[in-house]
Amino acid sequence: MIQVKNLTKTFKDGENETKVLKGIDFEAGSGEFIAIMGRSGAGKSTFLYQMSLLDEPTTGNIFIDGKDTSAMSIIEKTSFRLKELGYVFQDYALLPELTALENVALPLLMQGVSEKKAYSRATEHLVKVGLEKRLNNLPSKLSGGEQQRVSIARAIAHDPKILFADEPTANLDNESSRVIMEIFKDLHKEGQTIVMVTHEVEYSKYTERIVHLNDGKIVSEEKVLP
Amino acid sequence: MAKRQIKRSNPWTTILIIFVMFFTFINLVVVSGILVGLIQGAVDAVRTNYTSDVIISNLNDKTYIENSPSVINLVKSLPEVEAISARYLKGGTVEANYKTKIKETDKSDTAAATLAGIDPVAEDSVSNLSKFIVEGSYLKPGDYDQVLLGAYLDKKYMPIESPGFSTLTNVGPGTKIRVTVGGIMHEVTIKGIIKAKVDELSMRVYFVDSQLRSLIGRTDGNVSEISIKLKPGSDPNLVRDILKKNGVGEVAKVQTFDDAEPKFIKDMIATFALLGNMLSSIGLVVASITIFIVIFINAITRRKFIGILKGIGINEQVIEISYILQSFFYALCGSIIGIVVLYGILQPFMKAHPIDFAFSDGILVAPVPGTLLRVGLLMLTTIIAGFIPARLVVRKNTLDSILGRK
Repeated sequence: MIQVKNLTKTFKDGENETKVLKGIDFEAGSGEFIAIMGRSGAGKSTFLYQMSLLDEPTTGNIFIDGKDTSAMSIIEKTSFRLKELGYVFQDYALLPELTALENVALPLLMQGVSEKKAYSRATEHLVKVGLEKRLNNLPSKLSGGEQQRVSIARAIAHDPKILFADEPTANLDNESSRVIMEIFKDLHKEGQTIVMVTHEVEYSKYTERIVHLNDGKIVSEEKVLP
Repeated sequence: MAKRQIKRSNPWTTILIIFVMFFTFINLVVVSGILVGLIQGAVDAVRTNYTSDVIISNLNDKTYIENSPSVINLVKSLPEVEAISARYLKGGTVEANYKTKIKETDKSDTAAATLAGIDPVAEDSVSNLSKFIVEGSYLKPGDYDQVLLGAYLDKKYMPIESPGFSTLTNVGPGTKIRVTVGGIMHEVTIKGIIKAKVDELSMRVYFVDSQLRSLIGRTDGNVSEISIKLKPGSDPNLVRDILKKNGVGEVAKVQTFDDAEPKFIKDMIATFALLGNMLSSIGLVVASITIFIVIFINAITRRKFIGILKGIGINEQVIEISYILQSFFYALCGSIIGIVVLYGILQPFMKAHPIDFAFSDGILVAPVPGTLLRVGLLMLTTIIAGFIPARLVVRKNTLDSILGRK
């Protein structure tokens, strides 16, 4: 599903260069649920942004479903993200002027799905994450956990090939975090490929593989026992 | 997205922006409209109160229109004609206070004037001359030895000391004055004073036509001027052409009110329109800056969300279009309110209550095609002013926007 070859990322600030990723090779199979862990500054979020095509690597190649994404134009990448990838951000990243239902329906509408179908699918996914009574609430009227569930519903409404999650529980209390992780677990059971960055060991146990990053390199990998 | 943003934004902000757009629109149309209307008011007054729709006047080398009775009969036979006024005109002088002169060598209280012989009833039906009586009363057909004095010949109304221009002092209704024309001196009584913003009307001394005709010895009935008022909806050009085709053009100048309009008036209208457009364009710049700032602040404060939209795969153009639509909405609302206020309130009000300028009754000139052009201009400027800041923000790196990095 995902193949990363010799990936590097260097940030330049004037004459200063900071090498954040230093030649990463990585593979993730279809239906896998992977946690990327590491201490702060290890490069885990940067690695996720490169894999999820939100950022351009300095060198290296990323293949998704066999397609070399480095050969794609910006427009092709945008379209690819819309159709094939789903994102869950740490701070939910919902549009404040859209209701929960509208937030979830937006990517579907942008894909050309009819309004009726888009809202029906958005409703279906919001019900799936337990927000059937919050469809028409604005994000400001939802709790952090509820907002993150809307964010997940938005990320999966178009059946993406891969779901990327960047510290999805970082801003949530324990109970909300547990609910979110249960949703991920259910999605994984349904066959959804998930790549999640987290620094919380407790939640990495919901995944089936943990990749440890340190100083821009993968230092170890471990299988999580069921 | 644009709809939701407008719907769920602060209503007071939306109202304020629409207000700016409304006043910009009004500024665009009204400033030039009043400047043009200032001159147009004067032009309209000349048409309504002097030339009327078509005017026939003597050729430059004659002081009268040859064969005037036949010309008048021809004019009266045209179905388009509603009323006519034939005027005898002759240069002369008027003198006042001659009875109080002590010595023959004392300076006379005289003024040069155009003496006009009119049929008071016909004249009033064409030019509403009686409306401009400010003192005394209007002439009646039998009012011999009585005249109407133009206000510009009365020092009370024209207190200007200028070489080559003189006025009469201490005159008014009931005052006797002496009129000298073609070497003949005749004493008449002022019956009324005429004061109008059309200079020609205020510089004449009006007699009943039959008396002036006998004073100047015009027994052939040839007049100097014929003003023709047409029935509503009639085309002055058509009437002019008919008269010319019938040979009137050989003995007189035949002009529509538009032809008779001096070139400098046309130039002034064009100049004032240009001036108005220049002033209005400042308003347009202010409006575009306002929209630019509003959209820029909106886009900057929403930079993170724009990044998220791009991140989840929304096309940049879709985001830009949503901002363009917002700008378009503000300009459209402002223009619609502006059009309603302009044609529903301002223009009818100013037509009923013209601005009292010194030389004209200023109206608001706002022809529909010109207004629509300005609406288009406002829309275009606003759309550009909305697009540029949206583009600036949307072009930023997606991840930098999401993470709030500079």
